[in-house]
Amino acid sequence: MSTNPDHLDFSPRAADESAAADTIRHTRLSGLEPLVITPDLGFVNIGERTNVTGSARFKRLIADDRYDEAVEVALQQVENGAQIIDVNMDEGLLDSEAAMTRFLNLIAAEPDIARVPVMIDSSKWTVIEAGLKCLQGKGIVNSISLKEGEQAFIDQARRILRYGAAVIVMAFDEQGQADESGRMVECLSRAFTILTETVGFAPEDIIFDPNIFPVATGIEEHNNYSVEFIKATRELKKRFPSSHVSGGVSNMSFSFRGNNLVREAMHSVFLFHAVKAGMDMGIVNAGQLAVYDDIDPELRELVEDVVLNRRDDATERLLDAAERFKGDGQRQEQDLAWREKPIADRLKYALVKGIDKFVVDDTEQARQELDNALDVIEGPLMDGMNYVGDLFGDGRMFLPQVVKSARVMKKAVAHLVPYLEAEQKAGEKKGKILLATVKGDVHDIGKNIVGVVLACNGFDVHDLGVMVPADKILDEAIKEDVDLIGLSGLITPSLDEMVSVAEAMQKRKMELPLLIGGATTSRAHTALKIDPAYPQPVCWVKDASRSVDVVRKLASKQHREAYSRDIASDYETYRQRAANRTNRKSLVSIDHARANKLAADWADYTPHTPAKPGVHVIEDWPLDELVDYIDWTPFFQTWELAGRYPAILEDDVVGEAATSLFEDAQAMLKRIVDEHWLRAKAVFALVPAQSDGDDVLLFDQDNNSMERLVFLRQQADKPSASLCLSDFVAPQDSGQQDWIGLFAVTAGLNLDQAQQNLPENDDYADILLKALADRLAEALAEALHARVRREYWGYADDETLDNQALIKEKYRGIRPAPGYPACPDHSEKAKIFELLNAPEAIGLELTENFAMYPTAAVSGYYFAHPEAKYFVVGKVAKDQVEDYAKRKGIAVEQAEKFLRPILEE
Amino acid sequence: MTTLNWHNPERVQQLITTMQQKILLLDGAMGTMIQAARLEEDDFRAERFKNHSDDLKGNNDLLVLTQPDLIRTIHRQFLDAGCDMLETNTFNANAISQADYALESLSEEINHAAAELARQACDEYEAGDPEQPRYVVGTLGPTNRTASISPDVTNPGYRNVDFEALVTAYREATAGLLDGGSDLIMIETIFDTLNAKAAIFAVQEEFEQRGARWPLMISGTITDASGRTLSGQTPEAFYYSVQHCDPISVGFNCALGADLLKPHVHALANVSRVPVSAHPNAGLPNEFGEYEETPEQTAAALKTYADDGLVNVVGGCCGTTPAHLQAIGNAIKGLAPRALPGHFARSAA
Repeated sequence: MSTNPDHLDFSPRAADESAAADTIRHTRLSGLEPLVITPDLGFVNIGERTNVTGSARFKRLIADDRYDEAVEVALQQVENGAQIIDVNMDEGLLDSEAAMTRFLNLIAAEPDIARVPVMIDSSKWTVIEAGLKCLQGKGIVNSISLKEGEQAFIDQARRILRYGAAVIVMAFDEQGQADESGRMVECLSRAFTILTETVGFAPEDIIFDPNIFPVATGIEEHNNYSVEFIKATRELKKRFPSSHVSGGVSNMSFSFRGNNLVREAMHSVFLFHAVKAGMDMGIVNAGQLAVYDDIDPELRELVEDVVLNRRDDATERLLDAAERFKGDGQRQEQDLAWREKPIADRLKYALVKGIDKFVVDDTEQARQELDNALDVIEGPLMDGMNYVGDLFGDGRMFLPQVVKSARVMKKAVAHLVPYLEAEQKAGEKKGKILLATVKGDVHDIGKNIVGVVLACNGFDVHDLGVMVPADKILDEAIKEDVDLIGLSGLITPSLDEMVSVAEAMQKRKMELPLLIGGATTSRAHTALKIDPAYPQPVCWVKDASRSVDVVRKLASKQHREAYSRDIASDYETYRQRAANRTNRKSLVSIDHARANKLAADWADYTPHTPAKPGVHVIEDWPLDELVDYIDWTPFFQTWELAGRYPAILEDDVVGEAATSLFEDAQAMLKRIVDEHWLRAKAVFALVPAQSDGDDVLLFDQDNNSMERLVFLRQQADKPSASLCLSDFVAPQDSGQQDWIGLFAVTAGLNLDQAQQNLPENDDYADILLKALADRLAEALAEALHARVRREYWGYADDETLDNQALIKEKYRGIRPAPGYPACPDHSEKAKIFELLNAPEAIGLELTENFAMYPTAAVSGYYFAHPEAKYFVVGKVAKDQVEDYAKRKGIAVEQAEKFLRPILEE
Repeated sequence: MTTLNWHNPERVQQLITTMQQKILLLDGAMGTMIQAARLEEDDFRAERFKNHSDDLKGNNDLLVLTQPDLIRTIHRQFLDAGCDMLETNTFNANAISQADYALESLSEEINHAAAELARQACDEYEAGDPEQPRYVVGTLGPTNRTASISPDVTNPGYRNVDFEALVTAYREATAGLLDGGSDLIMIETIFDTLNAKAAIFAVQEEFEQRGARWPLMISGTITDASGRTLSGQTPEAFYYSVQHCDPISVGFNCALGADLLKPHVHALANVSRVPVSAHPNAGLPNEFGEYEETPEQTAAALKTYADDGLVNVVGGCCGTTPAHLQAIGNAIKGLAPRALPGHFARSAA
């Protein structure tokens, strides 16, 4: 017997090595129950819907904190046959580690989900590790690679092994992502050797992902990608029979997005060949796979030519034929075949596609055929809009497309109005809704979108605009005899204003249902504050896409009662739960939080004296200089399209809608810039400052204190420092003279005139313009901040960053804005406006509730300390609120009103 | 971890050889023996803790510091009964469990002292009878919290302990057990596999820091007729979840008596590629919490394990006295250990 310690190893892998592994080793995974991957299990389906990057719905549920429903998504997957579920929380706006932990802990409590193994899917190691710490079973990590070199790979693999998980390795190394079978095999073989020999992984716990790339893209080098994958798969399975081959299948058909019939055929043909070659796992939408034998033989032949790269003209032939194999609801702009169809079909087509080119002629033709204008509206036009509504409801059309449909509809109706008047008839509407942005608030993009979507769905929308006082809303509602009232608001004080409207409705004994919407509103606030104030139906509407269903039910005599009861009981349950909830995360006292403040070393830090202190006004910032500073991701969010720019343009689900919207935006942006539609102005000041506890004192030239900015401190119980913005300014007792910046910018001046350039009745163009003005204001804030850092303050005169780096905030210093997470009190804007004299300097006003007008505006502070960073104040306790009121010199009730959303429950 | 060598290769080789030849006898219930001594608060405190803030009665692990002679005597009784392996008196000696007595700072010291007591006893008996090696099994218990179950039914996502806190506590305990001279480490009475995975993680970190490894035994517990662990896993899922630590054995202990536990050990033996252990209670407790199964009954039930070729290590848990262990030892004498899958036999041959 050998005395070499390794030979004493009982471990299975040692056996494989020493005994020349005669048999294939099966992968053994577990949730609450085991999953042993044996050959007779066939292809292993990995559920893909609990993935924020792949499923817009799941992402919304997580972002909205609707974890109960998110857990149901996981349950459905398992019920639909997923043998493993892939969980991915990689989204820039999420705290991905926390979301991963919370979701995995929740599904661990559901035995019907927890029975299957979990695949932790992230490109961030910290998220992977957070996930591994929650799994009692043996799961899979997706994925690691040699991209960052061997050492990082070995370190991560070692830890994965120690956590007891299997691993997916991607064909990616220091040279880049492998796209040719030789490189795929070489790269993955190297990874296999390192994993088994250096790290100690069992071969069956290794899953290869050789990379599935799009084919038939029109680029010749791409034509062989599927062949390369299949070749690599065959070789890998030959070399490493106990390991597996997996991949994300839908990527390969990317160039045919929008044509699901062809895509499904491509997936099916690809899998048919890849599985034969040894691919035995995959992240797929199993419900949407075509059966290989059921594919139209002609299409199958064409697809096979592409997948197997059998002919030089395979891509062209499939492209040519693809049109004939289209499923419904697809874009065929260049093809005018639809013009040959009957008139009703043409109108429907124009509405679905948002094509307004022929709509007036077609409408006129329909009017002549039907001999009655009203019949045209109630017949083909409403049929078309109902169809649009259905597609939207099913998630097959997206907001920008629907708004375009509305434009076509408006144009058609506008043509018919004179005839309607002659016929003395008015259309029967499904219901009438009054919309208004409440008093003190000026934001209306979201409200306008809801208006358009409702109008599209046959509702009569009466929009009162912005800053509408409660009495006016109620008077108009009575006068116009509406069926529902919808309130919108974006800033925090609007929440109280909405409660006031509800109370006024109760006082007048009104019976109309009240809908609540807008960025600052929530189910929680509606259930706890608004619903109890008004005994009639009150309903929070999450977004425009949700509004149709809610309004349809509440406006219908048939459904209203039952639906109202459902909502009321939902809110009642919510209130009870809120009342019973023991504070999940108890807050620490404000004294305790202060003791845990950021311990900046002021003795060793010399604040940078600004090169140009004082107040500065920039009259007319050239718009063309702002274009490169635009962060597009929030633009798509405005349109309820989920995803990050630029990846969103290629997104499987919304890519087509996003691309079209982006093209329209680019075209309008060009006109805004070239024709000087808007004007951008900025005012800012660099002021001597020192912190005094959680306040920051500002001084004038003679060193007299002239203003006290008050801030809030984090009170969550946490190991890292409990932050307050004042921590980033040298305290009075440090003896250091520090500085702070104040700024206000707008790109919304001249918006009214700019609107004159738009076609009449074009809500799409109108919303687009406002959304672009918002983006330009944000871009101006970013551009100004860069210039201040490099020039006026001058602490970063050597900084060179491109736009992506700016969006990722890779520079030193921050520019938090009142009303946002680091300083949630909107009312502090008043001090900035006063000190900068913003109304006079740049024409930017503040409403009584501290909303900025024009709305395309940003105001805030500059902090230059190297440790300054954005953070979320989170919930604050009563002790801090009382202290805050005192520091600010206002009543506690007033402070509570300003801080409503962050008060500890 | 394969890159690490055994801390004591000769000792491990000897252990594996022995396991090939016979079913090893693990000891019995330390808690039952301590209970029988009917100690009072003052006995638990002794001189050192007479002014301690909290009540200490029931803190059995502390006795390695305050009543070392009692523990030493119990160890000797089990060795006299013929046991090959002694478990250290450290079931609750981790910082999380000790916090109940406000003694979380003593975890490492208790584990260290406990391992030393067992080490001395084993060395003494082995010196007198070098043919029968006696192994010290450093024991890591489950703690009194669960990392994958919420203690609050209305809030299923909540946890009162997390992976990191468990790793910290287990790492400290492991360091004490190894410094005190343990031959093996056993993670036992696992009712939540995530706790066990944290223990594995901690043990392996400790091994890495020391540049060597020790053999690891894994033993879960099935608490009711569902045939699953408290955290919901089947025996097979449990095994696959801990397999990555290359255990020298896996098994079940505690909760059920030998009769009721057998099908679950059977399920484990069906899939395990490593030796299998079982150390059940002396039957189910009566309404006074006492165990009534006689040594003969327990021994007869465990003999059927050996007859069926299920086990490589047997022993006792709650309610098993030296008399039980002696009876078990007699019952399995000469019976063959569970045959291991081909590769195991080959690698040890």
